[in-house]
Amino acid sequence: MTSVEPVIRCESVYKIFGANAEKMLKDANGNVDAKIFQEAGCIVGVNNASFDVSRGEMLVVMGLSGSGKSTLLRCASRLTDATSGKIYIDGQDLLSLKNKELIELRRNKMGMVFQSFALLPHKTVLENIAFPLQIKGIKTKDSVSKAMEMVKLVGLDGRENYFPRELSGGQQQRVGIARSLAVEPDIWFLDEPFSALDPLIRKEMQDEFLRLQSSLKKTILFVTHDFDEALKLADRIAIMKDGIIEQLDTPANIVLNPATEYVRKFTQEVPREKVLKIEAVMDPVADEQNLSDFKVSKDAIIETVAEKILDQEKSVPVIDSNQQVVGIIKPSKVIHVVFGNSE
Amino acid sequence: MEFINKHPKLFQWLLLLLTFFGLIFAIDVPEGYKFIRAEAEHVIVEGQSTYSFLGISVSYTYFNFLWRLPPWLGWFPIWINDVLYFFLNDWWKIDFWDSDLGDYRTRPFMLHVTRFISSTLLFFIEFIREIFIGGVKTVVAFTSWDWIDANPWAEFRGIPWTIVTAGAAILGYKLAGRGLAIFAAVTMIYISVFGQWEPSMQTLSFILVAAPVSFILGLSLGVWAYKSKKVETALSPILMVMQTMPQYAYLVPVMVLFGIGDHAGAIATIVVATPPMILLTVLGLRAVSPEIIDAGKMSGCNDFQLMLKVLIPTAKRDILIGVNQVIMVCLSMAVISSFIGAKGLGWNLLLALNRLNIGAALEAGVCITLIAVILDKLSLAWANKQTDYFTNLNFFQRYKYGLIFAGTVIIGLILAYFGSFYFKEGFNYLFEVPHNKGISNEDFWNRGVDWIWDTFFYPLKVFNTWLIVDVLQPMRAAFLRMPVVATFVLVMGAGYIIGGLRSALIVGGFTLFIALTEWWDRALVTAYMATCGVIVSSIIGVTVGTVCSQNNYSSKFILGVCDTFQTFPSFVYLIPVMMLFGVTDTAVLIAVVVYATIPATRYTVEGLRSIPPSLHDAAAMSGVTALQRLIKIDFPLAFPHIMLGINQTVVFALFMVIIGAFIGTEDLGQYILKALSDRQGAGKGLILGICVAFIGLIVDNLIRTYAEKRKKELGFN
Ligand SMILES: Nc1ncnc2c1ncn2[C@@H]1O[C@H](COP(=O)(O)OP(=O)(O)OP(=O)(O)O)[C@@H](O)[C@H]1O
Ligand SMILES: [Mg+2]
Repeated sequence: MTSVEPVIRCESVYKIFGANAEKMLKDANGNVDAKIFQEAGCIVGVNNASFDVSRGEMLVVMGLSGSGKSTLLRCASRLTDATSGKIYIDGQDLLSLKNKELIELRRNKMGMVFQSFALLPHKTVLENIAFPLQIKGIKTKDSVSKAMEMVKLVGLDGRENYFPRELSGGQQQRVGIARSLAVEPDIWFLDEPFSALDPLIRKEMQDEFLRLQSSLKKTILFVTHDFDEALKLADRIAIMKDGIIEQLDTPANIVLNPATEYVRKFTQEVPREKVLKIEAVMDPVADEQNLSDFKVSKDAIIETVAEKILDQEKSVPVIDSNQQVVGIIKPSKVIHVVFGNSE
Repeated sequence: MEFINKHPKLFQWLLLLLTFFGLIFAIDVPEGYKFIRAEAEHVIVEGQSTYSFLGISVSYTYFNFLWRLPPWLGWFPIWINDVLYFFLNDWWKIDFWDSDLGDYRTRPFMLHVTRFISSTLLFFIEFIREIFIGGVKTVVAFTSWDWIDANPWAEFRGIPWTIVTAGAAILGYKLAGRGLAIFAAVTMIYISVFGQWEPSMQTLSFILVAAPVSFILGLSLGVWAYKSKKVETALSPILMVMQTMPQYAYLVPVMVLFGIGDHAGAIATIVVATPPMILLTVLGLRAVSPEIIDAGKMSGCNDFQLMLKVLIPTAKRDILIGVNQVIMVCLSMAVISSFIGAKGLGWNLLLALNRLNIGAALEAGVCITLIAVILDKLSLAWANKQTDYFTNLNFFQRYKYGLIFAGTVIIGLILAYFGSFYFKEGFNYLFEVPHNKGISNEDFWNRGVDWIWDTFFYPLKVFNTWLIVDVLQPMRAAFLRMPVVATFVLVMGAGYIIGGLRSALIVGGFTLFIALTEWWDRALVTAYMATCGVIVSSIIGVTVGTVCSQNNYSSKFILGVCDTFQTFPSFVYLIPVMMLFGVTDTAVLIAVVVYATIPATRYTVEGLRSIPPSLHDAAAMSGVTALQRLIKIDFPLAFPHIMLGINQTVVFALFMVIIGAFIGTEDLGQYILKALSDRQGAGKGLILGICVAFIGLIVDNLIRTYAEKRKKELGFN
């Protein structure tokens, strides 16, 4: 049980803003209609959200502005109290924690990165990063050396004595990331961390983020309104609309099988070969003899290997990380994926 | 008809004015009505009516309701006095040990509290004062007079002025570089050389106690108001009234509660200086972005850490601007609080003005102004200073300024020591230049005043007479001639047109309060003086502001001038006008005009300068001339902001009118001053102050409502 227990678990979480939200929610009996609530002066932030995030997984919450992503994140970190529902962090009931326990949890297990960086303007880079450690009561010397380690991790060495206002947006967000990692949390919350950056820097930061995650293996709840970003980073994506999670699935499944009209609209524009891995379109092994010498990994994005596959006459074997053949892919299939809408 | 439909507001205003004047002409002055005196002085006249409320009987002369309302609040000041008296003398008596008597005594709790506050404050003031100019009271507080007699060496002689001067210069250098250092040094040398050291240090010691207390009090209340909605709703109306209440009005209640002396002055100052600090603290804390707060929480801060390590440091700028405000208020109160016994420059200034010794007044006034400017500059520099953070500094670099100061202390002591040989007879000028033993420019100024009087006597007198006879007297008569219904119609009508029923009721309520006190006529006189001042100030301010806002340099220059003038303690404005116009209404009015022009000018410049340049480009592209642009684009857009300036002008004008009572006017201020020498004055002083505050709040409500509406219509935030 313990090994498969999710790190974050939400069960029917509702967050409704307004004076008599709780009573209205009780009366509604779980059937929350945003319009009716709005007429009564309540705003529905999160509407019946349930999901699990397992250890080392990155769940990306995606949705348009006002769809309740931040609210969901704030519920999961208990920056705001959910109106109803259950939230478990490592099996611990988050909503029943006392203030002291909550603070302990944040000091040891949680880290958060914010859209507008939210650095303390009166503290230097180093002091900002050391801040959570000092709040925890760690000695100045230790916290500074730990913070220095973090500075190196995010590549800001040499700038540790700058003030936030003296840094570019990308550098400020590096500080934000370093600060959230300083206490070595298990759970990492990121609320649109790259939205305030310009496209080039954003791409650079995304790559760096992936590099960090590949070594840190944190459990991540990541919020974005950029579908491309979600596809690029996510293990799984939750698409939200008006507080409701419309679909929660792997990037490939979301692109291939959109659950609702709303999700389909998002996926229409997406070039599939850029998103899908070979694994998603491969066929089972049929004829072991008639295969090309060229092999592709099941985790390769189609676009990156398409040209090579098309050069082959025979079917191309697909292998996993142990060099075992797990499937085949025909050049014609690649043509379908890239140009056709056969499926 | 079409015209009415097109300009409904204009039509409403016309209708309102018609009704107003109609009422004035329709209602005659009742027979036997004596303006001002008949109502205000408690002369028992035959045929008076009386009523009794809460056991307090009030007698008054009855007039037509439409002409003047009966003083149905006449009991209020007396009731306040009774309540104060009860709390001070009869409520909750407790026993305490009197060490002088060597026995237990009973004393009411409140008296205990006020005595305790008084003696604590007094101790700190004396303590700081004795550091600067020497004394034994602090030492005595810990020992006894006998002990001091036996050990004369323990008497501290104060720090030589050279060291204080060097300290000020070093502080100036550390905070803002060479310019401020030189300015600080020159100022301190001036003060010393001209023999004003002792009173200046007395004033300074008083400020050094009042300012930190106001700061801490304001910060704590601000934090509390930020955290609790209830506290904020309770505080905000009180703060609003306090901010428009003339400073005189606090003197009497403070005097009743705390007696007379430096501590009483300090308390009055604290009461006046705390509200702006509270407001700025709340403002600053509210401006902290919610993400920063979330970041603090996610870093694991508890409530206390969040406030101390995240919120307050992030709101630092606003809070430090609050500190600057506190210091400015303290200096302007330095004079006013000497009415209840605060020693120092303010005291000297008052004495000199009372004796009409303009020269001596100017000497003190210049010193107060200089101290104000220095403290203003130092505190602003501190607010804007960014802490340098370098990790590897050696001992000498880190404590550079401390070490330099230590050096100057030694040099100063050596100088003073040698001075004691050199100036064997009389005074050691390297230690302290005694009061009135420095170079005095008093005679110079006095001769200057005489010269002005001799040379310009005739034109000044002609101007004075013309102004009083042809302008002020008729205006005053016109104001007093207003029947009370007419006033109500005008004020509430304006409120209704501008802000609807809600506004009308609010301003009507304020007016009703004033009308039901026994000082309606006085209030009219205050209103008349303020109106005159506001009209002239607004014309001058808006004109000057408009002209100066036409280019960058003149804008900056005029804003600088405004800044400087604003640091002058308000009382100081009375000196030059008395010098020129003597003890007349003209003098007060000129002071009002000068003082109240500052905000009008500042807001005009700010309003005109803040118009987005893209609009100017658009205007230029459609071929508009500069004048057309000013009239058609700039003014309409800047108008709401300029109106807020006029609002400030009204508040400034009211303050100065009340302060002008010192010269001698016949308005509410005069009564507030009179209440100072009245044993039953506390209630009166307070109610009179509230009346003035309400006059200000009526205008404030109208203008603010208008400006906010207009800004919304224009799409500003
Ligand atoms: N404190 C609050 N009080 C009332 N309503 C709120 C509050 N916070 C959020 N909301 C409302 O809840 C809804 C969801 O807001 P939320 O901030 O979660 O959206 P979001 O998906 O994060 O949008 P964005 O991409 O703009 O950040 C919005 O309609 C918002 O107006
Ligand atoms: Mg958001």
